[in-house]
Amino acid sequence: MSEPLLHLTDVGFAWPGQPALLDIPAFSLARGETLFLHGPSGSGKTTLLGLLGGVHRADRGSIRLLGCELGGLSSAARDRFRADHSGYLFQQFNLLPFLAVRDNVTLPCRFSRLRAERARQRHAGVTQAATELLRRLGLPDDLHARRASSLSIGQQQRVAAARALIGQPELVIADEPTSALDADSREAFINLLFEECRAAQASLLFVSHDRSLAPLFDRSLSLLDLNRAARLPEIR
Amino acid sequence: MHLLRLALASLANRRFIAVLTVFAIALSVALLLAVERVRTEARASFASTISGTDLVVGARSGSVNLLLYSVFRIGNATNNIRWESFEHFANHPQVSWAIPLSLGDSHRGYRVLGTSQAYFEHYRYGRRQALQLAEGRPFGGDPFEVVLGAEVARTLGYQLGSELVLAHGVARVSLVEHDDKPFTVVGILAPTGTPVDRTLHISLAGMEALHVDWRNGVPAQGAARIDAERVRALLRDCQNGPDDACRSILQPKAITAFLLGLNNRVATFGLQRAINEYRGEPLLAILPGVALQELWSLMSVAERALFVVSLFVVLTGLVGMLTAILASLAERRREMAILRSVGARPWHIGGLLMLEATALALAGIALGLGLLYLGIALAQAPLQAHYGLYLPLALPSLHEWQLLGGILCAAILMGLVPAWRAYRQSLADGLSIHL
Repeated sequence: MSEPLLHLTDVGFAWPGQPALLDIPAFSLARGETLFLHGPSGSGKTTLLGLLGGVHRADRGSIRLLGCELGGLSSAARDRFRADHSGYLFQQFNLLPFLAVRDNVTLPCRFSRLRAERARQRHAGVTQAATELLRRLGLPDDLHARRASSLSIGQQQRVAAARALIGQPELVIADEPTSALDADSREAFINLLFEECRAAQASLLFVSHDRSLAPLFDRSLSLLDLNRAARLPEIR
Repeated sequence: MHLLRLALASLANRRFIAVLTVFAIALSVALLLAVERVRTEARASFASTISGTDLVVGARSGSVNLLLYSVFRIGNATNNIRWESFEHFANHPQVSWAIPLSLGDSHRGYRVLGTSQAYFEHYRYGRRQALQLAEGRPFGGDPFEVVLGAEVARTLGYQLGSELVLAHGVARVSLVEHDDKPFTVVGILAPTGTPVDRTLHISLAGMEALHVDWRNGVPAQGAARIDAERVRALLRDCQNGPDDACRSILQPKAITAFLLGLNNRVATFGLQRAINEYRGEPLLAILPGVALQELWSLMSVAERALFVVSLFVVLTGLVGMLTAILASLAERRREMAILRSVGARPWHIGGLLMLEATALALAGIALGLGLLYLGIALAQAPLQAHYGLYLPLALPSLHEWQLLGGILCAAILMGLVPAWRAYRQSLADGLSIHL
């Protein structure tokens, strides 16, 4: 595969009336790769994820996901593209507490026909896909119909992982998903996540301020090195 | 569809506020519909105070005034009309029946109406319903017999055989009472929901007998007084010999007004003109339907005000809903961001809020209808008994559906406000849920 899954060239971004927040000369993520991106707070982490998700539009430069130029799409098309091709995993409390566990997992399929279709191809149906993923992530069947808020934090993060993976998105973006877990379950969770990403042939972009996790990944980068705008204050 | 399920699940998560909001809307909807029903029924029952009567005739004054004193027993006639005038038109070839009305006396605040047997035969109200006697019989040969309206009997606690004394004039506290001529209750009418319920009916002869010994507007004193027994004795004497002068002692010389029923309604306008141009004395004939309309239009200001007030109550309920949804937006930023991260577009977020407003309004309207029917079921009997107002337990009318539709539209329009805010908010927040 010649073209990487995700490729950024000379991307710049600033919030209106503020100095440049992001200035990334080059960044790419290969298919099936797991990348650890170290990002302390204030390094523009959240904004970068917003750009990759197509929620914000870069001021300059090119962001290509799956060979598609995000900047060339309308905001509605970017939204659809994100829904179809990327799964998100955030810090704790990223489930809808009032929905059942299973309904939380199937949410992306409700908004993306492509992912619903893939889930149906791989399994008998969307619900079966959710059940299968939850089982593989170690959540017994009797939890699937419970309200998401009744689960422990560790269990909730595994539900969120199942949700990010359902319908096989090509890119899984994880933003500090382990910050609420203790050291032991943190590693177990990351290994589980690797395994599932591999099974789904998804690339994993893992953002965290906790460097100790870096050795587990194929590659590790610091957003401070990547982002020239973030380095400026240090030079001065 | 899944958006609706999401909206409902999210609402269920905030069920305490949601239930309160629905309840506020329901109460306001129930109030509006109740006001609307009472208004409609009051207008209908007002319009059906008198029916089947083609012309109401009295001394020349205003038509509303004539209607008020002759039918509603409110206010006083400016003038009486002569008995000859009544006889003249009662015997008119186009006239099928005529009911003389003589007013001016009262009993503990209720008006006394002197009339004839024709009243019980021909007076109609509502949908051409005739008067029904709940007990007893109409007044007969004895002049001192009285038939009570339903409310008079109930409020004052009279039964058949009760004796009562009438007062001269219509003031609530009477200075002059006809205490030498007590009347006996011989009949009690069934409730009609019209002013008939608040009337005591006596014969014209009885009305005349009350004032038989009066001279120049004051009762005779001492030996000149003629009490009930002497009146009866006089009448007995009259029956023995055909003495015209004697018989005419209880013959009324004047009455207040009369009602006419015609053989053919086509003749109404012709006869109306004939009466208005009558040379004997200045008379006024009115069509009761037209005068009722005129009278109602006078009262419709208050009625419309009531309607407007209840509209504002509904608005208050909807604003409460708006407040509840808007207040929830801040704490739901995380929910919105999660939805965005799983692929919801900003218009999904907006739509979610719209659906929420619609669902709350629909639930409020449904519960409001439920409350209305419950209220009607509970209040139907007492309302009919005390106010003669019959509220049917009927399905909503077209007008009521239109009102409900209007409320729903207003709610949806109001839903646009939080929808727009959430739309903007989700665009700005994006996927960040670091709140």
